[in-house]
This record gives sequence, C-alpha cells and structure tokens, in this order.
Amino acid sequence: MMNAGTHTKRKRLVENVVFWFFRMGTYFVLLCATYIFLDIGIKGGRTVFQRTAPFINVKFLTEPPQTLYVFDYQGKKMELSDREFREWKKTHPEEIEVTSVSYSAGGIWPCIVGTALLVIGSMTVALFIGISCAIYLSEYSRDGRSIRMIRVAILNLAGVPSIVFGLFGFGLFVIFFGWNVSLISGWFTLGLMVLPAIITASEESLRAVPQGLREGSLALGATKWQTIRKNVLPYALPGILTSSILGIARVAGETAPIMFTAAYAMRDEMPWQVAHWTNFFFQGVMALPYHIYVVSSKIPQNEYTERVQYGTAFVFLVVVMLIALTSILLREKQRRRLSW
Amino acid sequence: MVSLIEMPQTLPQQLPSQSDRPAAEANGDTVMIDVRDLDFAYGGNQVLYDVSLDIPPQAVTAFIGPSGCGKTTLLRCINRMNDLIENARITRGAIRLGGVDINAPEVDVVDLRRRVGMVFQKSNPFPKSIYENISYGLRIAGVSKKSRLDEAVEKSLRASALWDEVKDRLDDGALGLSGGQQQRLCIARALAVEPDVVLMDEPCSALDPIATAKIEELIQELKRQYTIVIVTHNMQQAGRISDHTGFFYLGRLVEFGPTTRIFTNPTERRTEDYITGRFG
Repeated sequence: MMNAGTHTKRKRLVENVVFWFFRMGTYFVLLCATYIFLDIGIKGGRTVFQRTAPFINVKFLTEPPQTLYVFDYQGKKMELSDREFREWKKTHPEEIEVTSVSYSAGGIWPCIVGTALLVIGSMTVALFIGISCAIYLSEYSRDGRSIRMIRVAILNLAGVPSIVFGLFGFGLFVIFFGWNVSLISGWFTLGLMVLPAIITASEESLRAVPQGLREGSLALGATKWQTIRKNVLPYALPGILTSSILGIARVAGETAPIMFTAAYAMRDEMPWQVAHWTNFFFQGVMALPYHIYVVSSKIPQNEYTERVQYGTAFVFLVVVMLIALTSILLREKQRRRLSW
Repeated sequence: MVSLIEMPQTLPQQLPSQSDRPAAEANGDTVMIDVRDLDFAYGGNQVLYDVSLDIPPQAVTAFIGPSGCGKTTLLRCINRMNDLIENARITRGAIRLGGVDINAPEVDVVDLRRRVGMVFQKSNPFPKSIYENISYGLRIAGVSKKSRLDEAVEKSLRASALWDEVKDRLDDGALGLSGGQQQRLCIARALAVEPDVVLMDEPCSALDPIATAKIEELIQELKRQYTIVIVTHNMQQAGRISDHTGFFYLGRLVEFGPTTRIFTNPTERRTEDYITGRFG
C-alpha cells in the first residue's frame, strides 16, 4: 500500500514537471514574440503615427528617404530634411556648422513600392513555374528513377541558404544574362528561392483532389489537359494559394537574394519614371528589408537614425501582414465558391 | 486520328464456337462488345486469364463474382480506364466495340470514352452545380450553345428520373444532393454525351435499398436505348436486372449466359456454389 502510494506521488510529480516544462516553452515563445512586436510597434509607431491629424505620418509613407541636417541656429535646434535645408539656405546664407545624417529624413515610399513590385513579380514567376512543375509531377509523370531524382533535387533546393541564391542570381541573371541589378533579376532569384515550397505544396494540393473526379471527367471523353484545367486545378488552387502565403512572407522578407540582384540603397526616381516601358523590368529598386539593412549597419548610428530604423521595420511588418491577409481572404473566397 | 464513331461498323465473322469458350447464347448474332481471349496484367501480376464473351446491344449484362476476381478490371478495359494505371496492360487478346479493336493505335481514346460512358462505384459528382455537371461532357466536346445544353440537361435528367427532383435548383451544388441522387446525377452526366454503352461499376454499393431500387428501375428503362454492362456484388441485383450474367472466379470467366439459365441451371459447379452462397 505504502509503496503504491509513493509511486503514484512520483508519477504525479513527473506529470507536473513535464507539463510545466512544455508550458514554459510555450510562454517563452509568446514572450519573445510579444517583446518583438511591442518593441517595433511602440518605437516604430512613434515614427509612423503622430498626435495631430491625420494621425498618420503621411510624409514618412509617401516621401523618398532624404538626408537629415541638424544644426543650431540662434540658440534653436533645427532638424531639416535635404529639400527643406536647401530652401532654408536660400534665405540664410551665413556659414553654420551642420551635422548630416543620411536617410534619416523623409520617408520610405520607394522601399514600399519596391518590395511590393518584388513580391508581385517573384510570386508570379514562382507560381507559374511551380504550378507547371507540380502538374507535371503529379499528373503526367510516371514514377521512376528520374522522377525520384527530381524530387530529391527539389527538396535539396529548399535547403539552399538564401545568400547562395543571391550569388546564383547575381552570376546567372545579373552577369551572364546581362540583366544587371534589376527588378527582373530579383524576380527570378526570389522566385527560384520559393519554388521548392510552392512545388511541394501545389503537388500536395493536386494530390488531395479525389482521383474519382479525374476518372469521372476522363470517362466523359475529356482529354487529360481538359480534365486538369476544368476539374483538378480549380479545386487545388485554394491550397496552392494558402501555401503561397508563406512564400510571400519569405520573398518580402529576404535581404540576401536581392542585395546583389535587385536592390539599390538609394534611388531618386520612382519605378514608373522610366523612359520606355521595357526599361521598367531592367531597373533596380529600393526595398524594405534592404533599407533596414542599410540604415542599421551601413550608416553611422546616432540618436537620429533610430526613427527610420524602427519606422521601416514597423511598416515592413504591416506590409507583410497585409499581403498575407489578402492571400487568406482570396483563399476563403475560393473555398466558399467551391463548397466541398 | 480516325474517329471511332465514323468507322464502318462491320461485325467480325462469327468465329466457330469453341467448347472451352463461353459465348453469348442469345439475341441472335448481334454483338456490341466482343471480348476475345483477353489476358490482362498489372505489371507482373496477371488478373484476367483468357476471357472471351459477347455483350449484346440494348441489354443488361452483369458481371458477378467474389472480390478480386477481375470483373471490375474487365469493365475498365472496355473504356480503357486502365490506361491510367501504370504498367497495367492487356497482354493478349482484344476487345472490339462494334467490330473495331478499341486498343488499335488509330483509335482515339477520347472518342472511345465518349461512346462508352461509365458510372463509378463511389458516386463522383464534380463540385460544381447540377447543371454544370450534366453539361460538362458536352462542353468539353465543344458544344457551347445554351439552348442545346439546356435541352441535353433536361433530357438526361429526365432519362435518369432526376428531373422532377432537381428542376428548380439546377444551379445548386451537386454535392448537396443525397447519395442516391448523386449517383443518378452521375448516370445522367454519362447519358448527356449520348454514349452507346454505359458501364456501371457497382453503382449501388453505397446506397440504401430505396435508392438502389430507383437505380435498378432506371437501368431497366435505360436498356431500351443503351447497352449496359454492370458489375455487382449483389447476386439478387444481377438476377433482378440483367439479361446476361457472367460469373468470374480468380480472373477467369467461369460461365456466361442468359441470367435465367445461370441462376436456375448453371452448368458449372463453381457457379452454382457461388450463387447458392456456398462461397464468396
């Protein structure tokens, strides 16, 4: 009796310890996530929001980055952006001592546009190639040694570090194809990077479509392509879009693949300010993750740089969330229309 | 590609009947589907041995036998559904539809399947509207005229005794129908492309007795116009609805003949044992 009693007690103790161990693990993750979001939210919020109407710092969201000029003038501390400073100079020609801080005035509008363009383009590339590849693998190919090799290759591709993709893109698209540092180089580099995820998930979605629907369609005299187009792909698409959400977050977030292939640290023209429409594809852009990299590690740090660092990080988070949200809504709409 | 439909429908010369081959015993000498000396294998695994039978037009032919006896495989050979399965192939013999070898290289499999419709064991309505389900076959065949599609939808839904139940909700999803209605929808969908032959693979296996009775009744109606080949596990069903019955065992066609004779006076001992429930 005694023995059984202590045994139960010990068991209960182990149960409790294990339970708390797992619970603490979860709390730790929650804590880290909360800290990151609060830190970026509060400090970035100071840049993006303001106390007076319209409560959002429109300048930060709609202007290109500018150099900040800080100086004392008749006992007053002045902080002026590049453009403001030049205006001010016209009326105040006297010599003064000025500290200039790059990127710390103005906004990040070109970075937002650049990231959006990179995401749209690279996801188009990745979905187009990825879905084609998944259709081939799941609908057309017959299992064999070469198909197994292809699958292994795709899995391995997923493990390649992003900086290697960046170098690959630099070698192939930027140098060999002569596309230079450009949107199109970035699209293909980022597209290739998310390709394995898209292929794997698309294949799974395609396989989840019941075989009976394919047979039913073929038995009515449909060709294979008609069957895929009308009776397989539409049902697999919601799943494919779901999987692409993760891809979007990754494409928007990666810095390494674009730093050699698509991103400029600073550019004055907006992407649509091109001489001919074909030039659109062959121009470099600014991008949010690269901008964060530049303002946090490429310029001297002081009390004026934090504003743009946190502000950019905050906007970056919001942009990625918005893209993901759009994808989720799109998928829900698709699902409702299908109603399995 | 030579269209199967436009081929001359010359029937092969009646072969001298061999004692070891069960042949059709009724309906004069008209043959819709002619299976000759058929061997079939999934890779190295042979599942049909030397099967020969003549399926008469505008009648119901039933394949019965225990699980794994090859009856579904034979059915799926008739519209070449087995083409989809890797390494599955006919290793000997031939199947002729209206005198034309359906596996001949010049036969377009898409045309064949349009002529030989199929209803599956598990009803497989597409997750589309009822209307889209029925018109699917015609649409992919290139028919886009609304009036013709409307007409075909109504005609095939009437033919499958579903029209009165669904005529007010043709645009509703097909997956909202009951199990029996879904299976009749699949029959209607097969009929919409106006096939000559309708293959049915245990169409009632997942249905309750009332829904089953409706489909059996429907099959009786359909045989006036279509050649029907049905695989069934249910011997009573074969007895009730079919004109000819083939009993399969371990990949061989043991006996084939008019249903009344197979059920009352089988010549083979194994047929009798199976029908009386001694095994299977």
